[in-house]
Amino acid sequence: MEKDLLIKVEGVSKKFCKDLRTSLRYGLRDLTGEVLGKPASMELRPKEFWAVKDVNFELRRGECLGLIGKNGAGKTTLLKLLNGLIKPDHGRIEMRGRIGALIALGAGFNPILTGRENIYVNGSVLGLSKVEITSRLEEIIEFSELSEFIDMPVQSYSSGMTVRLGFAIATAMDPDVLILDEVLAVGDASFRHKCYHRINKIMKDCAVILVSHNMSQITAVSSAVGMMRAGRFEHFSNVVDGVSAYDSDNADKEALSDAERVFTTYAPVRTAKLIVRNETVAYGEKLDVELHTDLEAALPGVRLSFTAVNANEQSVMNWNSSRSGKPMDLPAGRSILRFSIAPVLLHDGRYRWNLWVGREGSIEVLIYYMRGGEFHVQSGYQPVSDIPYLPDSSGFTVEAG
Amino acid sequence: MKEQSIKPSITIYTPDSAMRRPGLLVREMLSDLAASRELAWSLAIRDIRAQYRQSLLGFVWAFISPLSNTVAWILLNASGVVRVADTGIPYPAYVFTGTMLWQLLVESIQNPLQQTMLAKPMLSKLNFPREAVILSGVIKMTSSAGIKLLILIPAIFLLGVVPDWHLALVPLAMLVIMMAGMSVGLLLAPVGMLYTDIGRGIPLLAQFAMYLTPVVFAMPQSGRLLQLFQYNLATPLILTGRAWLTGSSSPMFIYFLAVAGISLVLLLMGWVLYRITMPVLIERMSS
Repeated sequence: MEKDLLIKVEGVSKKFCKDLRTSLRYGLRDLTGEVLGKPASMELRPKEFWAVKDVNFELRRGECLGLIGKNGAGKTTLLKLLNGLIKPDHGRIEMRGRIGALIALGAGFNPILTGRENIYVNGSVLGLSKVEITSRLEEIIEFSELSEFIDMPVQSYSSGMTVRLGFAIATAMDPDVLILDEVLAVGDASFRHKCYHRINKIMKDCAVILVSHNMSQITAVSSAVGMMRAGRFEHFSNVVDGVSAYDSDNADKEALSDAERVFTTYAPVRTAKLIVRNETVAYGEKLDVELHTDLEAALPGVRLSFTAVNANEQSVMNWNSSRSGKPMDLPAGRSILRFSIAPVLLHDGRYRWNLWVGREGSIEVLIYYMRGGEFHVQSGYQPVSDIPYLPDSSGFTVEAG
Repeated sequence: MKEQSIKPSITIYTPDSAMRRPGLLVREMLSDLAASRELAWSLAIRDIRAQYRQSLLGFVWAFISPLSNTVAWILLNASGVVRVADTGIPYPAYVFTGTMLWQLLVESIQNPLQQTMLAKPMLSKLNFPREAVILSGVIKMTSSAGIKLLILIPAIFLLGVVPDWHLALVPLAMLVIMMAGMSVGLLLAPVGMLYTDIGRGIPLLAQFAMYLTPVVFAMPQSGRLLQLFQYNLATPLILTGRAWLTGSSSPMFIYFLAVAGISLVLLLMGWVLYRITMPVLIERMSS
């Protein structure tokens, strides 16, 4: 049996104005239009643009739509339309059941009042009755881990504590539709884990729309992806396709600029240049690296560390000469040092490399590159989690017994 | 398992103005008003608590400004700088009751806009019945009117006036003053949300209007000024409130009732306006 359809969005568009004064003037005109019952026009007025343009999708109970796209692509505007905060200029939105939105945690907290008092205020803003809040009070306090501080004014809370309280209240209601706008990016690691767990539990019984810039989070929880680009919405029923579309959308902009590159050398190094031979490497294949140096004097016993960094600035792979057990000596004058990294077991995507060359047993730096260059990995394997390294998992056996 | 209500509520958002379906609009207004009661209390109590928790003088602030105003005008009158015609009752009682009631009116005009500005961060991020913002303003205003009344009654005795049974009608007068003020405030709030000029202009205009209302001056005996005082819709409100407070019947009771009626109509119009314009306002204030 098909689960019930909770969200139906048909041809929804919304225009915004770039200029504040003009925007206010249009606002005044729209006010009168509302009062006189004039239909909204589909024409753009001067200085206006489509913040959201012709969005269509449906979501059923138990499904999760991951909404991705660059900043300013219209994600938050779409969420505000879905939540009924603003009206569409065109199209139709149909929502069923109780709608819970975690767009801003702790909106409406009064800093002077205690945490407990704020639970009641915030809970009723979110649509819970006083009785419902009282019955969930203990659970909320326990989840937020604030039992010691609950009778303190909220202004003395740290920002993390405020967010914890906000999250605990917002998820205490049982929504049919849950809208989450980047709220998972907060709090410390252990609390974040608790939040994931909670959201996963809620998700089973409702339709979720999740906005996040963390693609592993999107792949972990979404059943479909909506990718937004300049107000346009593209629906991907395959999450991995959606994430790659997002990655390629980002890639153009992320080409390494000179401003980002850090490169320094210290005497006796006269010049140094690192070259990655193959700019593109297939999963499991070999990455060939060369270090061209010109030294004033010979350098016996150096150590070289080559690190690959992914798009999230995480170090995902390191090649270190100290693990070879052999001394690495560089002669005076020009020389070329060659090494290979194999097999490269990384996800699909673009990686940047850092290089550090120093004397063995010392922290003295000789050559230092940060974001020195890039290489590309082509992999048929898709990311399944945050784990950057993808070991070869072809070798396993299953035996009876 | 979650209990599934047999008929889950359906919410539909379209670009059409709510004015095009008046029946639905009224139904939604009433159901949202009912749904917002608890939230309105919660918000009002939040604000009142917060206000007093961080204040040493607390509710004393409710009459400091009328009191200082009264003292100023008593001094002006006594020194002969300003000569006020005979007011029928001791002048201090006249000024004090007048400024208290006038202040209530001005606060009521400002209230809807202030409430909405205060709730701006919530309005732009959370969906809740918008009526709660206004309703919590009403609750806050009522509590402040109650405090004013508690101060007014002993004060008029002290100022040498003996009230009579009309005192029982004073809450009605205050209610009408609040309703009149809030109806105007509610109509101004949507534009006031867009342009700050409204919020700045209200106190300025109120200051000016005070001199065209029998607040510190007596009603003029004749001439063009008398006409202005009479056309002023605030006049019957202040005169009626003061008369009932100081033991006489209202000199303009019919006029007072008429203003009450107009206010009620304006209040309903303001409510509709506020409700249907809120999405337009939120769009402009958060983008």
